[in-house]
Amino acid sequence: MTAVAPAQTQERRWPEKAAVRIPAWIYTDPELFERELQTFHYGPAWSYVGLECEVPSSGSFKRSWVGRRSVIMVRDETGAIQVLENRCAHRGSMLCWKNKGKESSFTCPYHHWNYDLRGNLLGLPFLRGAMGKGGMPRDFDKQKHGLRRLRVETRNGVVWATYDEAAPTLETFLGPEIMKLVDRSFPGRQLRLLGYNRQLLPCNWKFYFENSRDPYHATLLHSFFTTFGLLRTDTPFKAVPTEGGRHGIMASTYSRDTASKQNEVTKQLASLKSDFRLNDMEVVTPVDEFGDSSMINLSVFPSVFFQQHGNSLAIRHIIPKDVSSTELSWTFFGYADDDDAMHRRRMKQANLLGPAGHVAVDDSEVLALMQPVAAGFPDSTQVIEMGGRDTAPQETMVTETLIRAFYQFYREKMGL
Amino acid sequence: MVIAFPPSIGRHRALRTEIHALIMAAQARPGETLQVTDARGPSSAALRSELRDLYDDYAACLDDGNLDAWPGFFTEDCVYAVTSHENFSEGLPLAAIYCRGLAMIRDRVAALRAATVYEPRVLRHMVSCVRVKSAEAGLVRSEANFAVFECLSDREPHVLMVGRYVDVVVRHGAALKFQERTCVYDNYRVRTSLVMPV
Repeated sequence: MTAVAPAQTQERRWPEKAAVRIPAWIYTDPELFERELQTFHYGPAWSYVGLECEVPSSGSFKRSWVGRRSVIMVRDETGAIQVLENRCAHRGSMLCWKNKGKESSFTCPYHHWNYDLRGNLLGLPFLRGAMGKGGMPRDFDKQKHGLRRLRVETRNGVVWATYDEAAPTLETFLGPEIMKLVDRSFPGRQLRLLGYNRQLLPCNWKFYFENSRDPYHATLLHSFFTTFGLLRTDTPFKAVPTEGGRHGIMASTYSRDTASKQNEVTKQLASLKSDFRLNDMEVVTPVDEFGDSSMINLSVFPSVFFQQHGNSLAIRHIIPKDVSSTELSWTFFGYADDDDAMHRRRMKQANLLGPAGHVAVDDSEVLALMQPVAAGFPDSTQVIEMGGRDTAPQETMVTETLIRAFYQFYREKMGL
Repeated sequence: MVIAFPPSIGRHRALRTEIHALIMAAQARPGETLQVTDARGPSSAALRSELRDLYDDYAACLDDGNLDAWPGFFTEDCVYAVTSHENFSEGLPLAAIYCRGLAMIRDRVAALRAATVYEPRVLRHMVSCVRVKSAEAGLVRSEANFAVFECLSDREPHVLMVGRYVDVVVRHGAALKFQERTCVYDNYRVRTSLVMPV
């Protein structure tokens, strides 16, 4: 007689050599995905929501996402930014159906409950009934039925929100190193919104976070980078995990002298096409606008990647949709005082990134095909030993220290 | 030969049929250039037919994967952009693909050939509703709808994107070429990647 095992959730156990292995089931387990959202997005973390310049005046709003939850970023009558759940407090229907716009108040399409720009319930039809019948109970308190309002901090035009009233301040959350570098791109100069790119990737959201902390691949997969000397193994580089592995910094320097030149290191790179030239070199010829000859990219967990590739500046909002699909929402920006030449450069260099980017296509294509492999081999493990087994900052691109540090942080928070 | 359509033409089916027969007869006469003016706009059947050929040839070029021939559809000083309805309607300049000048169009092709990693795919462009918005001084503003189906290496085709071309077409010798081609996709999001031009 065969015993039937009682139904139970299989206990997940991180594989041996935990610091340098990643199990594939973390990309495919729907229960784990829900727990990640609770732990990170709805927990004591700050999520990127948008830019202040997207909502220029009182009543201007834009829809965004915190985790899987739709939120409304709106400028209220006092000029302050509010982030409200896009969910009617009555029956939970979607309140705001437009991506952007301007309203003096929000009215739910379903039963016309009406909210002010701070999410307070102003009124609802038939509060006292009709013809003496129906209506809300006398003790119904409108003040207790407003929209859920997230805690908001803005810094130099960037809007952040958290669900956790007890979360540390944004400054503490980001930490001094990330803070300084966010301020480098957002020093308080007025921003100019250039536009959006959005794509839906058929892969788990963590694949994208790893990708943003993986300088090793950048020298190999992205031949467009290496060929034009924008990112190479033979130029100074820093890979710095911060805040216990929560965030990550990749800082490279570029030099026109090394562009498209071969040496001992680059000879190993099959992807470097030394005979490949562009007709319009402005696409790969940045001007050193920050005065440090650096390209600095910041991975700020769990919501955003700040990128600078040449003079292309963008925010990649990483929005998990389900365990195997992730939205990438890119906001490209410049500064209000950019001259025509800089604007033209930013527009041209935007060709590097986004869904059709000379560089970014390589990533979306590779990551899309990692998901079916993880699904087919959930008990398999990945190896992350490049550059050693620890999580210290390193001065090379040939390292996976940022990924190791990230998973150290992740396992601790998730109890895995 | 010039056939002028009265403003009320659209409402008179019999008259329309009659005039259509007249056009067909005129087209059958070799050596004569046919001009048709229409009260609804300066379109002409001949121009529209020529544009349809241009749009079809363009689609066939991309569907055949003939990227070497693709730059031949553009003028030297062209602007080619693929952008979302979201950006276009908000007047935001950013585009997923932005080529300013033929040099950047050639570079797109070169980069696809030499410096881009992507899964093999087959594309089908369906182009419909070619329409002339205006035609004057050798410059035609035209639009058409597009749907691009994408078939990846081991899967069935899906709709990659749907949208419209917003074009400025000029005569270049015997051929029509795009001086501006803005491909405005209706998708809120691009499905994974946009590898090939639209």
